Amino acid sequence: MSKTELSEVNRNIYDIKNKDEYDFKIQKGLTKEIIEEISKQKNDPDWMREFRLNALEVYNKLELPTWGPDISELNMDEIATYVRPKTTLSDSWDDVPEDIKNTFDKLGIPEAEKTSLAGVGAQYDSEVVYHSMKEELIKQGVIYTDMETAVRDYPDLVKEHFMKCVPVSDHKFVALHGAVWSGGSFVYVPKGVKVDIPLQSYFRLNSPESGQFEHTLIIVDEGASLHFIEGCSAPKYNKVNLHAGCVELYVKDDAYLRYSTIENWSKNMLNLNTKKAIVGKNAKMEWVTGSFGSKISMLYPMSILNGEGAKTEYTGISFAGGGQNLDNGFKVIHNNKNTSSLVNAKSISKNGGKCTYRSLTRINESATNSKSSISCESLMLDDISISDTIPVNDIRTDEVEMSHEAKIGKISDKTIFYLMSRGLSEEDAKAMIVRGFAYPISKELPVEYAVEMNNLINMELEGSIG
Amino acid sequence: MEKKLLEIKDLYVNAEEKEILKGINLKINKGEIHVIMGPNGSGKTTTANAILNNPTYKKIKGNIEFESEDITNLKTDEIARKGVFMSFQLPEEIPGVSVTNFLKFAKNKVTGKPVKIFEFKDEVKKYMEELNMNSKNMERSLNVGFSGGEKKKNEILQMLVLNPKLAILDETDSGLDVDAIKVVSKGIEMFKNDDNAVLIITHNTKILHSLKVDFVHVLVDGKIVKTGGQDLAKEIEENGYTQFKR
Repeated sequence: MSKTELSEVNRNIYDIKNKDEYDFKIQKGLTKEIIEEISKQKNDPDWMREFRLNALEVYNKLELPTWGPDISELNMDEIATYVRPKTTLSDSWDDVPEDIKNTFDKLGIPEAEKTSLAGVGAQYDSEVVYHSMKEELIKQGVIYTDMETAVRDYPDLVKEHFMKCVPVSDHKFVALHGAVWSGGSFVYVPKGVKVDIPLQSYFRLNSPESGQFEHTLIIVDEGASLHFIEGCSAPKYNKVNLHAGCVELYVKDDAYLRYSTIENWSKNMLNLNTKKAIVGKNAKMEWVTGSFGSKISMLYPMSILNGEGAKTEYTGISFAGGGQNLDNGFKVIHNNKNTSSLVNAKSISKNGGKCTYRSLTRINESATNSKSSISCESLMLDDISISDTIPVNDIRTDEVEMSHEAKIGKISDKTIFYLMSRGLSEEDAKAMIVRGFAYPISKELPVEYAVEMNNLINMELEGSIG
Repeated sequence: MEKKLLEIKDLYVNAEEKEILKGINLKINKGEIHVIMGPNGSGKTTTANAILNNPTYKKIKGNIEFESEDITNLKTDEIARKGVFMSFQLPEEIPGVSVTNFLKFAKNKVTGKPVKIFEFKDEVKKYMEELNMNSKNMERSLNVGFSGGEKKKNEILQMLVLNPKLAILDETDSGLDVDAIKVVSKGIEMFKNDDNAVLIITHNTKILHSLKVDFVHVLVDGKIVKTGGQDLAKEIEENGYTQFKR
């Protein structure tokens, strides 16, 4: 049948480049001197400076992963790990410099803050430039601030949790993160406090040949609940950019946390992010992820179900176009009895893009009467795209209920003909099928983000002729 | 005013390198109901697909005119937007797209104007009642998990909502029980007026018991071998197709 040419992506708003203006940009590369300079620039307390230097040592000892996508093009000597924008942290958009504010305006952040969010953090390159939260949450004792402020103002909470969930020895890029981390958000929700409206942090990387290493630390105390949204984007440069953020989530007994991500990094980004949650007794951790951008992504959020009756759900979609290799998935460790995990992963690949779903499900001996259910579905839009599923199931007790289902499919010509016979163009038909495929994921997102995700899908499928 | 809606002239069509249609001629005027009957493999479904230019079927010779315009090589969606509709024998399933959203989207495309949402909902609701459809189906994914009968009724619903000038019903009656066939006939009667036309493609005569038709064409081995009125259907019901085979 006739094939419609699908154009290369029109990234419009995401691709607006601001001038690479900064207050301070560290020299490229990674040495002890550079780490010490970052630490000095950031005014770290001593323990943090030592933490960074120790992480650098670990980084130097660890090898690159020998599996997954090839990331050999990454040369740390070419990456600036710290870029401080020409502004200071503010709680009013009026105080944010015009070009930076414009960027966030176009991404719809201040507007969303007014209509549907309880608090917003906005990071530009290495530093958070805006942070604000609704008054009533402050009164209830909720803390939502940038990570640097947290290190300074809540040293005990931070010391107790910082890189304890994700230790620097986890892998090479976590060690790198530990050495050069900057920015990110800190959230503490006190016992029993229910935050009904989501908080959102948005990460924007403007500077070329640089890295973003934000650290997000969220503690949802006993019986409390929170929905946190993270958004990321960057304009496209020819040289490699690196994102090696770290997300640590503590969901205490009977608590609830939903962590939603819309990731739309530009297609020169290596996204080597690490996300982990420790889930307490009868607590619930939900991950919702839409992954559209990046040249290479290696991202496997992980839930560690430590408490009895702990639950986790992962709902994720990846969309890889030409030149993209998205190696995403989910890891879960069942450590206690009556725990459960539910995975619904989807991927779409086109124009030679590659999507891999890589997962680990471990049910330890102690996790009797636990349940795990995994479903992954892939859709390939042409014959040159690739889709793969690599699940590892490590089950160490007999008393479990486990199911795994994987489906790989293509859009059939019959379906396209059916929709075209109803007046839809071939592109409309494909976009409708893809939107429908993604619907189980997009319906989990707040409505504005579901709209954004549909727009991204439409953008990805937009034809060259109108 | 021009009465002629569709004209097929000396059409030859191949499917998978095999010659299926071998010189079809057919003229349909506004206000008429036509039936193409024929045994399995005679080329009935190919005729329907050829009108909508399904790329799986290759046109070798001949042409198709719709409202005096040559539509032989137009794309399927362009033909649909000119006012041709086809009810599928096996409607496709579209997970994650609700019947409502699908109908709205298609109506927008076919009419080229934004749908007025309240009017649209009332209209759809009215049709669904007439067709004995469960209104809960509106929010379900299109055709996913629908029974055979529900899928066919859903095709008729789409026909009513999109309101084409020519509706082609490909084996819409096959596999349906008597009650469901009555509902389908009712849908056709609701649709039919002096300015549009219906082409029913079927291999049995059941639907013709509850519907009055103007012309019956017998299609055998890729050719229309006989054309007549409703009586011809009766004759086939009694004697089968053997008399037409060579």
